[in-house]
Amino acid sequence: MKLILTGGRVVDPSLNIDAVLDISIEDGKIAGIGPDIPKEPAKSRKGMQTNVKTIHLGGMIVVPGLIDMHVHLREPGFEYKETIETGSRAAAAGGFTSVACMPNTNPVNDSRSITEFIKKKAALCGLVNVYPIAAVSIGSAGTNLTDFRDLRDAGAVGFSDDGKPVANSALMRRALEYASSISLPVISHCEDTLLSAGGVMNEGFAATELGLQGIPAIAEDVMTVRDIMIAAYTGAAVHIAHVSTAGSVDIIREAKKRGIRVTAETAPHYFTLTEESLREYDTFYKVNPPLRTKEDVAAVKEGLRDDTIDVIASDHAPHAATDKEVEFDLASSGMVGLETSLALSLSLVSDGVLTLPQLIQKMSAWPAKVLNIPKGTLRIGADADITVIDTKKTWTVDRMQFRSRSRNSPFHGRQMTGRAILTIKGGKITYSDNQDNT
Amino acid sequence: MENKKVVMDADGIDRSLTRIAYEIIEKNKGVTELVLVGIRTGGVFLAERLQKKILKIEGVEIPMGILDITLYRDDLQKNPKKPLLGKTDIPFSLDNKKVILVDDVLFTGRTIRAAMDALIDFGRPKMIQLSVLIDRGHRELPIRADFVGKNLPSSLWEAVAVHLTEKTGTDEVVIEGTV
Amino acid sequence: MKLAKKDLLGIQDLSVEEINLILDTAESFIEVSTREIKKVPTLRGKTIINLFLEASTRTRTSFEIAGKRLSADTINISSSTSSIVKGETLIDTAKNLEAMNPDVVVIRHSAAGAPHILAKAVKQAVINAGDGSHEHPTQALLDLMTIRSKKGKIDGLKVAICGDIAHSRVARSNIYALTKMGASVAVAGPATMMPRYIERMGVQAYSKLEEAIIDADIVMMLRIQLERQNEHIFPSLREYATYFGLNRKNISLAKKDVLVMHPGPVNRGVELAPDIADAPFSVILDQVTNGVAVRMALLYLLTGGN
Repeated sequence: MKLILTGGRVVDPSLNIDAVLDISIEDGKIAGIGPDIPKEPAKSRKGMQTNVKTIHLGGMIVVPGLIDMHVHLREPGFEYKETIETGSRAAAAGGFTSVACMPNTNPVNDSRSITEFIKKKAALCGLVNVYPIAAVSIGSAGTNLTDFRDLRDAGAVGFSDDGKPVANSALMRRALEYASSISLPVISHCEDTLLSAGGVMNEGFAATELGLQGIPAIAEDVMTVRDIMIAAYTGAAVHIAHVSTAGSVDIIREAKKRGIRVTAETAPHYFTLTEESLREYDTFYKVNPPLRTKEDVAAVKEGLRDDTIDVIASDHAPHAATDKEVEFDLASSGMVGLETSLALSLSLVSDGVLTLPQLIQKMSAWPAKVLNIPKGTLRIGADADITVIDTKKTWTVDRMQFRSRSRNSPFHGRQMTGRAILTIKGGKITYSDNQDNT
Repeated sequence: MENKKVVMDADGIDRSLTRIAYEIIEKNKGVTELVLVGIRTGGVFLAERLQKKILKIEGVEIPMGILDITLYRDDLQKNPKKPLLGKTDIPFSLDNKKVILVDDVLFTGRTIRAAMDALIDFGRPKMIQLSVLIDRGHRELPIRADFVGKNLPSSLWEAVAVHLTEKTGTDEVVIEGTV
Repeated sequence: MKLAKKDLLGIQDLSVEEINLILDTAESFIEVSTREIKKVPTLRGKTIINLFLEASTRTRTSFEIAGKRLSADTINISSSTSSIVKGETLIDTAKNLEAMNPDVVVIRHSAAGAPHILAKAVKQAVINAGDGSHEHPTQALLDLMTIRSKKGKIDGLKVAICGDIAHSRVARSNIYALTKMGASVAVAGPATMMPRYIERMGVQAYSKLEEAIIDADIVMMLRIQLERQNEHIFPSLREYATYFGLNRKNISLAKKDVLVMHPGPVNRGVELAPDIADAPFSVILDQVTNGVAVRMALLYLLTGGN
């Protein structure tokens, strides 16, 4: 079976391509890319059996399969929020061909057996490449390192105690050193939990008026500084997760200038929403780190623009109604993001913050680079992971239509522009808005 | 079509009140144990006037209180707009007193029912008598006035309004109605 | 007249006209509580649920008395444990209460915004009896009423609010209420007790008690919550009482006819020197009396008539 994508505008920053080209796919790999891929014979359009399927993509954008390097698939342990299968479906529908899932499951992914379980379930489902991130410390308890090498051999592509910081600086130092020696990243959730203790939203004027306990920006910033200092000292690499503050953006920018091995990601809600969204005590807006001020939003955008922030990742955090239909103080933090991430990120292009190739780079080539995985490119011979985007399609977010098991999106009802219309993973169509293609 | 008819002028009102004052004194054989309670808002001004007239006739200023019956109304649950609550001020005991309850217009009797319930919450009067300037009929409860300024048979579609100088600058009773 | 809203969630949502309506109505209710028979039939057949999910004696009692004096059936649900402990969400609790068809739900909760979540979930009127560090609207209304009855006005007065502003719902509601009614408000407390950007609420902020008190017509002292010491917001009670307690000496900086207020319960010898709490210029008990009237007024204004 051969698949030919024809007539689309191919944008692949990894190959420095931005042109109308055809792509042919054979045996799950990119077989050819160029202006003159032989077309199928005309008769096959009448529905005759053929071993060549051509999809005409005039006006569409064809990019390397998108990668979301920060999602919570909740399995094992929290299957009522999400499973690897529902999360995979959400990812495919959102245009993603690969995701990296955080280890804060139950039990925590701190062992070969959990990592293998995730890989196996994901392969069985087959809709998306799932790359497990394993815990830095056993049980993410912040005391003892997990078996990094064993976890790598089981399929883990990075380490993080996400959801919690690695509070112990000595442990963080050793984690960075050890991970660096096997060329895997440590993804740091930067939060000084003593500074953020009791906090449920950004510490600012909105929190003052709402009477909610604040999480100061410095709770994030001091840990960003610490991790960068450790990275500088050890020469190891660190990846800063979900950057939300102007301060952290500045710190990371300066660190990069000094040649420190730091990469960073942010999530769409940190360049889309502010603390003002919490005025109605809507728990769907409760995330950690919290939504910040409009100055922070501007700084995050600037960080994306000047590549201080390398990656956009959704921090897809599904929660059931029971986790959210409670007092703001008690509600779980997080929002689902896989199915809205691309559209929210495309607004960076329409707003002139990023060019389309820059955006695609932050959602494909660069997360692949951070995770050191052979993805995010349409190079001949690479796995045929491809996302086709209609950047002009307008649609309205309907949380009841989500493939995710959870519905906790504050973007419900919001008009969006642009979405994935076709997702191909390993040459196989995993999502299409056109029934004829599936 | 709207029309407005004056059925009682300032002199008429004053004459009626003078007569009522005499009737009150006569019926109660003097003013001993007599107190006036005016129902907000029209009844208050009339009670004040009766108090002055009785003072003039008998040389005694009988106590006068103000009653707001809002909290005792039977239509609070039905009425989407909350009536503005006025102050009640009855600075004396009603126990064993003869209470002259004063209102401007007697119509369905529901206001008087509310007023009597309220008064009884204040104590145990020896007697309650009712004085009104206008009785326009259409009773919905078995209530009768002891002292009436003028009986004014009216249609249900008409509105009877008592204007008093204390409030509107003129003394007159008018029938306003759209027929 | 009627409030233009289903619920009373905070002073922030009220207009000056609405505040005046509530205060005028409350003043008429004062008299009811002085009668021999302190009960009027106004809310006969109405059901009021007092859902107190945070310990409170005086506010709950005040609401209960207010409801009973209006002849409503008041049901108290008191629990210091949150609904989540029972495995039930706040929305579940709300829907269960709604199914019993009360007319008003009064809620006190340790979490800011809980009344707002409840109000969205039920069709009945919801009154906020204090939510976390957010608002305590009935307290601010009774404070306004006390000030108005003692001073004859609110407009143009200078009010100092002193103590742990950051954690005080009384402070927030009073800042909204007093500034709306034309008073100028100064807040005072150690920097650790000042929420960020408090000046944006239209107040002057001071880290020295004396500076806020100078020429004040009203000094409102907040209760210091002793357990907050664990959050490092004050070093010791002794230090706090010395530098942020109201006493004979610093009160002399205020106007001669100053009134001292406190939402209660008072920590005698901490925020208020013992003799200050009992001084003639202390109106703490008038506040309590007016509290019943304000709550009667709100129950009256928020019930009935669809």
